[in-house]
Order: sequence, then C-alpha cells, then structure tokens
Amino acid sequence: MNRYPLWKNILIGLVLILGLIYTLPNFYGEVPAVQVSSGKATLKLDASLNGTIEQTLRDAGIEHTGLFIDVNSIRVRVANTDVQLRAKDVIEKRLNPDPRDPSYVVALNLLSASPNWLTAIHALPMYLGLDLRGGVHFLLQVDMPGAITKRLDATAADLRTLLRDKNVRHAGITREGNNVVLRFRDAEQREAARRAVAGSTADLQLADRDDSADDLRLVATLSQAAQKNIRDFAIKQNITTLHNRINELGVAEPVIQQQGVDRIVVQLPGVQDVAKAKDILGRTATLEVRLVDETPGALEGALAGSVPLGTEIYNERGGSPILVRNQVVLTGDRLTDAQPGFDGQTHEPAVHLTLDAAGSRIFRDVTRENVGKRMAILLIEKGKGEVVTAPVIRTEIGGGRVQISGRMTTQEASDVALLLRAGSLAAPMEIIEERTVGPSLGAENIAKGFHSTLWGFVAIAIFMSVYYMLFGLVSVIALAANLLLLVALLSLLQATLTLPGIAAMALTLGMAIDANVLINERIREELRNGVSPQAAIHAGYERAFDTILDSNITTLIAGIALLVFGSGPVRGFAVVHCLGILTSMFSAILISRMLVNIIYGRRRKLESVSIGQIWKPGN
Amino acid sequence: MEFFRIKKDIPFMRHALVFNIISLITFVLAVFFLATRGLHLSVEFTGGTLVEVTYTEAPQLEPIRSALATSGYPDAQVQNFGSARDVLIRLPNRDDLDTAKMSERTMATLQSVGATPELRRVEFVGPQVGKELASDGAMALLLVIFGIVVYLAVRFEWRFAVSAIIANLHDVVIILGFFAFFQWEFSLPVLAAVLAVLGYSVNESVVVFDRVRETFKKKRGLTTPEVLDHAITSTISRTVITHGSTQMMVLAMLLFGGETLHYFAMALTIGILFGIYSSVLVASPLVMWLGVSREQFMKPKKEKEEAVV
Repeated sequence: MNRYPLWKNILIGLVLILGLIYTLPNFYGEVPAVQVSSGKATLKLDASLNGTIEQTLRDAGIEHTGLFIDVNSIRVRVANTDVQLRAKDVIEKRLNPDPRDPSYVVALNLLSASPNWLTAIHALPMYLGLDLRGGVHFLLQVDMPGAITKRLDATAADLRTLLRDKNVRHAGITREGNNVVLRFRDAEQREAARRAVAGSTADLQLADRDDSADDLRLVATLSQAAQKNIRDFAIKQNITTLHNRINELGVAEPVIQQQGVDRIVVQLPGVQDVAKAKDILGRTATLEVRLVDETPGALEGALAGSVPLGTEIYNERGGSPILVRNQVVLTGDRLTDAQPGFDGQTHEPAVHLTLDAAGSRIFRDVTRENVGKRMAILLIEKGKGEVVTAPVIRTEIGGGRVQISGRMTTQEASDVALLLRAGSLAAPMEIIEERTVGPSLGAENIAKGFHSTLWGFVAIAIFMSVYYMLFGLVSVIALAANLLLLVALLSLLQATLTLPGIAAMALTLGMAIDANVLINERIREELRNGVSPQAAIHAGYERAFDTILDSNITTLIAGIALLVFGSGPVRGFAVVHCLGILTSMFSAILISRMLVNIIYGRRRKLESVSIGQIWKPGN
Repeated sequence: MEFFRIKKDIPFMRHALVFNIISLITFVLAVFFLATRGLHLSVEFTGGTLVEVTYTEAPQLEPIRSALATSGYPDAQVQNFGSARDVLIRLPNRDDLDTAKMSERTMATLQSVGATPELRRVEFVGPQVGKELASDGAMALLLVIFGIVVYLAVRFEWRFAVSAIIANLHDVVIILGFFAFFQWEFSLPVLAAVLAVLGYSVNESVVVFDRVRETFKKKRGLTTPEVLDHAITSTISRTVITHGSTQMMVLAMLLFGGETLHYFAMALTIGILFGIYSSVLVASPLVMWLGVSREQFMKPKKEKEEAVV
C-alpha cells in the first residue's frame, strides 16, 4: 500500500534531475567577458560581426573560451581580467575606428563559467539584483501633464492655421488649463469652425459654451484616446532616448523598463559613477533641419581646409561628408511625430514626419523657395552633430506632413523614425527614487544571506534527524530538494534575486519543514493509537495532506498580496516566497513520501519504523 | 525522543478568559505605544536620502555633522551603522532643495571633511513614492485579511475565519507595538515580514481548526470546550516543533544576516512567538464564544445518509 506507481517515481526523479541541471550554473561562478552591443538604433548586430570579432582576436593573439550571440549582444568569454582588458581594447579599436562616434558599445561584463551545453539549454545562474551585485537604480517620473500641455499648445496653433485656411473668423484661440477655447462672435462662424475642426482631426472633442450673447465659445478637449496616445508616445520616446544615452555609458546589462503608466525604471549594474549616470540621463538631444550648401566646388574646398563662411561640414549617415549651412530652418521642437511607412505612389519605404502648425508654415515657405535643393536633417547631441538624412526637395511641402524617402529599406525607415523620435525627450523627467549599492556591500550581502540560510538549514537538519530519526532524515532530504527546486526555478525564470529574496528563501525553508513535522507527528500519533506501521505511514500522509494544503494556501494568499502591492525589496521577497511555497508542497509531500515508500513500502511485515521514540500514555 | 508526554487533554479552555485578558492588555499596550510613540519609519516611507559610507579608520561624527550643516543640511542625521567605521547619513526631503543631487553633494561634503570614504549605498526616495509605498502596504494588508477570511470561511466556517483573523491581526498590532516601543526602524522588508507572519500564524490556527473539525466529526459526546482542548493538546507537539524549526532559521538570519536583515528577523521572531500564543490560545476561545458546535459540521453528512437510506 505504500508504493508509488513507477510513473510517479520516474516523474519525481525527472523533476529532481531537471532541478539539478538548472541549479548547476550557480556553482560555476563567473568569468570575465567582453560584451559588444549596438550603439546606434540603426545598427543591427549580425553574423558577420561575429566573424570580425573572432578575426580581430585571432590577429591580436588573444584566446577566448567561448563566443555567444543573442538578439542584443555578442559576448566573448576570456580567461582572466588582463585578457579581458586587452580584448576590449582590440575589439574597441576594430569596431569603432572613430572613438568620438562609436557605432558599438564594447563593455566589460561577467559571464557564467558554466559549460557551454548548460548555456545552450538556457540553464543560467540566478539573476542577481542590484543590492547583491552593486549598481545604480533610478525610478524616473515622466511629466505627463507637461506632455499634454505641450500638445495642447501645439493644437491651439494648429487650430489657428486651420481656421485661417478655411476662412473662419474667430475672436481668439487660447489654451485654458486642459482645454483649448475658441471664441466667436456669431453662431454661424462657430458652426463653420466646428465642421472644419471635426473634419481635420478626430483627437478633439468639441463642446459649446455661451458666456454671453456675443461671446460664443467652442471648448476643445483632447479625447481620452488621444490623451492615451500622447502618454504612450511620450513614455516610449523617453525610453528610446534613455536607451541611446545609456549605450554611451558602456553598461553591460542595463535595464530600462516602463513601470506603471508614467514611470521608467533604469537599472545600471556595476555602475558606480552616479553623477555621470545622472548627467547622461538628464541630457537633451536636438533635431535640426538645415539646408545643404551645394555650390559647386564648395565641398571639395571645405574638405581641403577652407570651409565657406556660414557653413559647416558634417558626416552623413553612411559616411560621405556634406556641407551644411549654419542657419537652422527648423528644430526638433516643431516635430510632433515620426512614423515609418510607405510612399503613396512609389510604395518605397518612407518616414512620415508630422510638424506642428508653426513648423508647417516655416517648412512650406522653405520648401517652396528651395525646390530641387537638398535639405539636411541633423541630430545634435553633446554638441556633436550627425546628418541623419539629406533628401532632395521635390515640391513645396505644406500641411506639416513631411515624407522622407529614397534608398531606404523598411528596417532603415523604421530605424530613422525611431531615431528622429528618440532625438529628444517627449516630456521632461524627474528622478523620484535612487538606490546605489557599492560592489563590496553587494558581495557582503550575498555572504550574509548565504550564511543565514546555511546555518539555519544545518540547525534544522540536526534537530530533525535527532528528533525523528530516519523520518527526520527523509524530511531533511525533502527540504534540501525543496531548496534545489527553488534555486532551479529562480534560475530558470531568471527572476531577480535580492537580499530580501534570500531572506525569503531562508524563511520559506523554515516554514516548509512544517509540512514534514505535521506528517511525522501524525504518523507517531497513529502508531501511538496502536495502528500497524504501514497503515500509520499511509494514514499519516493522507490525513496531514488537507492540513498542509490549507496552511500553505493561507501563506500563499499573504505572498500574493505582497506580490501584487509590493515594489522593490518587497517584490523580491514575495516572488521567492510564493515560488518557495509551491516547491515546498511538492517536496514535502511527494519527495518525502517517495523516499519513505522506497525505504519501507516493499516490506510485508514491518514491525517498527525509525521515527524516534513513541511515548504512550500509561507506559 | 518525544518532548510532549501528555496523558490527558490539557484544559486550555478553562483558562480562556485569562488568556484573552492577557491578550487584551498586550494589545492595548501595543496600541498605546503606537499612538504615543509612533513608528520609526524608514526613508522608504518618509521620503528622503540615505547615504551609507565606510571609512578605513573610524571617523569623528561631529565634524561630519557640522560640515553637512554648513553645506545646507542642518537637519542631517549622522550615526554609526553596524561598526564605528560605517557611517549612515539621513537627509529629509525639503522642497527648497534639488533632491536628485543630494547624494552627490553629500559625498562631496564628506570628502571635504577628511579621508575619502567608500560609498556603500545610497537610497533616495521622492516624497510621492514614499506615500505610495505606505498606501500600497496598507492595501496589501487589507488584501491578505480579505483573502484569508474568504478562504477560511469557504473551507471551514465563518466563525473560524473571524476568530483566526482577529487573533492574527492582534499579532500584527503587537509586532508594530514592539517596533513603536523600541523605536526600531520600520522598513519595507519589515513590512514584508509582518505580512508573511500574518500568513504563517493563520497557518497555525488552520492546523488547530482542522483538528477541531475532525474531532467534532469523530468523537461524539464531547462538549465544545473539550473538543477544543483535545484539538489543541493533540497538535501542541507539532506547533512547538514547527515554530522552533522556523525560529532556528530566523535566528540564523538574526545572527548572520547583518544590519539589513536584522529588523526583518526581529519582526519574524516576535511574530512567531506571539503567533503560537494567539493562534492557539486566542483564536480557540474566540471560536468557542462565537458559538461553534457539532451541528455546524455534521449537517451535510446527515443529508447524505438520508439520501442513501
């Protein structure tokens, strides 16, 4: 009766083996590595780069112990930190010939020293949080009301242009709070304005408000959908911009994520220079539109050293130098959106830009006067400019919708759109939370967490083995299996392990023993009542099950509440706590039962079991 | 080995009133200290900046204080943390200061005083984040209470649910009372510990209640107090051993976990100790006074039998 069917034993065995495999990488430690990732949004890593890196290292006589490629980076594992620094230097020189304008981010990193076959099945060590590995954590708040106000100001200007174009007479258009208010002298004009506005955009909701007979108003508010779009756009653009900036820091594994509706989390493991990090996060980039100087011979002259007055030389994306006039036609402030798409006639990939009202007017005038000439779109960051694209103006462009096309792939179009959007922040941001942990504290935290768990475990193991004898030993093995499975699960899910997470691990182990204590006490009780050993084992496990389930569910409820409402350290605690409850149910019930079954289950005549002394009243 | 050699059921319920009075007194004291002293909330809840640095040699704190005061932070708290070489500086948020730059300015000030310390940790929490964390904490507590009450009400009976949650909330209040009395720092990990303890102590009540239900079903002719006594007596061995084991783990954290885990482990210790007491000796009398009886567990079974007949 105390036997598991073969499939159940095999299943438990398999789970344990999987657990062991996924726990393994944590024991190998880490080795130095060099990580190469793209430094520009338009640059994708491909297989050829892989060969280039390998060739570079071979030429320099540097041996590597593994080269790994994933979507975002190529990592080269090397033997020690000296080799790591040399490798970084040669790769840096080879990939970024111009150090002022790096195309790739070459960073130092640590990689798991586990064998390649483990890495191949995605068995990675646990992902350590910043409090364990050291680094900087920022929480940034995006100023959404600011983004909305900015859009409303632009809308007010757009509406002025629109009504003028449609010959609707108004008595003033102003932004008042979160509304744009249009004033009219008579109802007829207001009706005309309403039709014009409704025909031009779906983002605005219009309502009448009559303050007096000759002060008729039309109040325009942004629709919920439009507001949501603005918010989504603002946060996406800010994240893209942050990505571009953080690339310059050369951080191996930066985390930049949206949190909630209007917040961005930035985590920079290993970064100690907080001041520099903040400086880079807070910087603004600008977009500029200028005209290209195409005077014959001017470019050649400039390259030879005599730059004509009022012009500057820039490098166009792709390499060739270009002579651009100093006068700025438009700045990125006038750009409200940039989206990849296709040319309406030629079906070539294109980038569609949307300008605000003032920008549209300027653009229309400039293009009318410069048909046939080239116009350069520059991205200026850190006082360093780059011509993103320099198309030829074919016709006068009005309406604020600009299309950049020609010699672009779909991928390039979407990258350029991204880059144009990413040039500047859509809305200002503010740091509302910062956590910096030095590397020494991180290492100490790991040691403290590890020692707490270890000694707690040893104490429980000794006590259980002495008190419950063989059954105690079985419980301890089940508890060890629990720890194994928990670590495996955390490694597999790559959930962030923090110091509170390690504390949760220790606490979960301390609580998990409860299930085995319940079972063992039940078995003793049955034995005390004179039940045969086999029946006692059976009844002990059967009866304790309900109680174990109930008690674990209540603990799980607390864990889930922490997971839902917790942030930062609490979440790290909750994740491990919840997973630990699940693994403990499995190990305390199934694994311990399997072991007991293997030890006692096959014996027909079982006189006694080793569960410590059973004291009976009356003895 | 067998620690508990109990011949007869211990008449816990006879002393129910005494236990409840003890509970009430501790509870009232805890509330009193919470009200008068309040919790010493960490920077996570109050907002502000916390800088932890370590020196190669133990520094004088007074020059650091005065240097910070002259550079615009007269309300900075400077204290040793863990050892004499580690210094912890707390700066409250103020509207007139650029909060985002506070940590750098603090480091610059420290460097101007004397030996350059090594930066161990910086925590800056903006005012709105602190408020959110506090309200999220309260929401988590409510969700735990709600979840547990619903689960126990479905699985057992509303009387059990109500008494379990009262008994265990009384634990939570007592833990908070300790933190208020000793002015220990109440941080996010401590909050996590408190909620974990809540789930864990309810555990304890569940084990006893399970036995109560079983005893009601199996043994006829016992009065309700006798049933409760029997249930508690037969689970007391498990109760003490389980809590002892968990406490061993927590003790390891208290000894080896360092400053960061110290109050976390402290909250757990108090929670575990009072958890045993309250879930056994507070929850059970409450169940009794709420009028639990055999009929509440026997009804479904009777119907079944009739159906068979």
